[in-house]
Amino acid sequence: MKTMIVRTALAGLVTGLMLVAAPAAADLGLINMTRGVTESSERIYDLHMTIFMITVVIGVGVFGAMFYSIFRHRKARGVKPATFHHSTTVEIIWTVIPLAILVAMAVPATMVLVDFEDTSDTEMTVKVTGYQWFWGYEYMDENVQFLSRLDRDSDRARQLGSDIQPASVDNYLQNVDRRLILPVDTRVKFQITAADVIHSWWVPDLGWKRDAIPGFVNETWTEIKEPGVYRGRCAELCGRDHGFMPIVVEAVEKEAFQAWLAEQRGDDAAATTAGADDAEAGAELASR
Amino acid sequence: MTATTHEAGHHADEPTGLTRWLVTTNHKDIGSMYLLFSLAMFLVGGAMALVIRAELFQPGLQLVDPYFFNQMTTMHALVMIFGAVMPAFTGLANWMIPLMVGAPDMALPRMNNWSFWLLPFGFAILLSTLFMPGGGPAGGWTMYPPLMLQTGTAFPFVIFAIHVLGISSIMGSINVVATILNMRAPGMTLMKMPLFVWTWLITAYLMIAVMPVLAGAITMLLTDQYFGTTFFSAAGGGDPVLYQHIFWFFGHPEVYILILPAFGIISTIIPAFARKPLFGYSSMVYATASIAFLSFIVWAHHMFTVGMPLAGQLFFMYSTMLIAVPTGVKVFNWVATMWRGAMTFETPMLFALAFVFLFTIGGFSGLMLAIAPADFQYHDTYFVVAHFHYVLVTGAVFAILAAAYYWLPKWTGHMYSERLGQWHFWLSVIFVNVLFFPQHFLGLAGMPRRIPDYSVQFADWNMISSIGGFGFGFAQLLFVWLLFKCIRGGEKAEARAWEGAEGLEWEVPSPAPHHTFDTPPVVR
Repeated sequence: MKTMIVRTALAGLVTGLMLVAAPAAADLGLINMTRGVTESSERIYDLHMTIFMITVVIGVGVFGAMFYSIFRHRKARGVKPATFHHSTTVEIIWTVIPLAILVAMAVPATMVLVDFEDTSDTEMTVKVTGYQWFWGYEYMDENVQFLSRLDRDSDRARQLGSDIQPASVDNYLQNVDRRLILPVDTRVKFQITAADVIHSWWVPDLGWKRDAIPGFVNETWTEIKEPGVYRGRCAELCGRDHGFMPIVVEAVEKEAFQAWLAEQRGDDAAATTAGADDAEAGAELASR
Repeated sequence: MTATTHEAGHHADEPTGLTRWLVTTNHKDIGSMYLLFSLAMFLVGGAMALVIRAELFQPGLQLVDPYFFNQMTTMHALVMIFGAVMPAFTGLANWMIPLMVGAPDMALPRMNNWSFWLLPFGFAILLSTLFMPGGGPAGGWTMYPPLMLQTGTAFPFVIFAIHVLGISSIMGSINVVATILNMRAPGMTLMKMPLFVWTWLITAYLMIAVMPVLAGAITMLLTDQYFGTTFFSAAGGGDPVLYQHIFWFFGHPEVYILILPAFGIISTIIPAFARKPLFGYSSMVYATASIAFLSFIVWAHHMFTVGMPLAGQLFFMYSTMLIAVPTGVKVFNWVATMWRGAMTFETPMLFALAFVFLFTIGGFSGLMLAIAPADFQYHDTYFVVAHFHYVLVTGAVFAILAAAYYWLPKWTGHMYSERLGQWHFWLSVIFVNVLFFPQHFLGLAGMPRRIPDYSVQFADWNMISSIGGFGFGFAQLLFVWLLFKCIRGGEKAEARAWEGAEGLEWEVPSPAPHHTFDTPPVVR
């Protein structure tokens, strides 16, 4: 009777796991961390995979011993229980070996961290400000700044009872009205802060998130290797619309970036007016 | 006076009916009330989780407003932590510690009554905030300012409720310490105590140390809101991150408060069903103490993304990784206890084995989260949600369920229905993995936590996770039914209900009489 239950349950477990595994086979990119497009993100990805593989190996060992014991050392097989209850040697071994493994993990982790925390030698600076519930970007010393919000299509579709299928919206919840444009192969410093509550600026392809804290400025940096559009989102609970303040970074070639910047700066009269309007709107919203 | 007349005298004056439960100072009655209260809160918190999972079943907002969603995530955590898991452990402590150390009752029985009765009032206040203008708290259970200061009418009520729950926990802990240190039977030296008693002793000290820290943090929030202080506001010279430091100085020991008694339970159950003594008793005690010590110096690993100096990040990364050593020792000891035993697989043992397996998976993801640079990606994503549900649900909750199955015969005098128990176990263990395992993938693929809606690439795994959530939730109703049946009747339990069970609690009849160990037993 009991074995029946166990068998049925095991069959259920296997079916369950297959159910879970089926969509995974469809798209492996959706079950793991992205490698990203910066040196740091790649190193973080490699570190993540290294630690993951170490835990898998330990897991196979520990769970292997456990399941071997469960199948072999069961009363139903008529075994007599042993009576041993400690072994100083074994206990020392399984304290020291994990310590050694931890040291082996700590070394690469420290190297990645030390490198990442060095924010010197940056070529340009972008100030990022978190608002409830959008982002503000300012290209320091360039006189270019604007706000970046959830795009209108997503905003319409995300209303309670909108009846608009999210799948029918282009990049639902990860599209904005104005993208943050950055040049590739340039060490960009970010100064991250917030105007109201704590937010967190996160683009997985850049490899990190950093909290935006009102009254304080956090500094970090990135250097994007490939042109492209990289999407992220606010990662720190910041109130009602926390889930609706995406980030879109568009990395372009250096020349294209300079041209874009010049256009924004007002080397063209129309852009100046638009920029000023944005700044006013920003100030008004920030004071709200 | 002999034990018999003493017993008779007591029964004559004891109130009956509702008054009995209101004024009781008996550790068994209070233990039962704690456990039933915790079960009720588990169902309330579970219902909130199902609101969350129902909204996340598919992308787009179908059921609730985002602000209400935030109230649900906040209240789900507060109810589960302070209402379900902590009171369940205190209930187990009340029932079992006097029986395990051979004491007639807890050391401070009247305070014991008060510790319990604060809880229903505390939770009445906390849950009532959902119906106040502006709704309940929606800033997350961590209550970070400045966001928490945007809470409406509910704000002072939430803080008051948490103060009440904190007072209850502190008094419960003082009681446990006083009982263990003063009321052990002759011959029961500290190093002969059952591990459940050891882990609770250490947990109680942790609670006495950190609950006041939480009280301080939330009181500062209160004065920032109403009395013009600026502890956490940069505009007045304060710092929002200071709150996070204080909160997590409480918060990290708190997560060990939620797991150390579970270690004690598993260390009791595995030897009983392996019919073999626990491997490495003293190293278990030292490992528990080491984990408790380390819990005080790792708090900022919850804050790797706030912008700490490099030296701070390195320190908290290394100290956090160190926790893997004593935790590993525990897991190895459990496996070594099974090794060459003669195991049987009744429901308590199944939950205990699932604990070892699934808690270890939670430990692995914990080790990954300790790696500061990788945490820049993991932080505040569903990977973290998966991690702490593996250690709290398949960790703490599974241990509590294992304990309930293991000691139900002692509490009720009846064996529970093993068939229902097996169904409950297998449904729980399958669905809980369908629920939480895909959340690792969601987090790694970039889904932040605490969002009511998500972009479409996360749709498949969220749907699977929600199916698991409803399956796991409804499977718990089987347990409620089993419990009801077991209290009402069933096969009579022997004094030693399990063949391999060891300890003083199995020396007294089942159900344990209202008063036990009026004369202390002698431990050889």
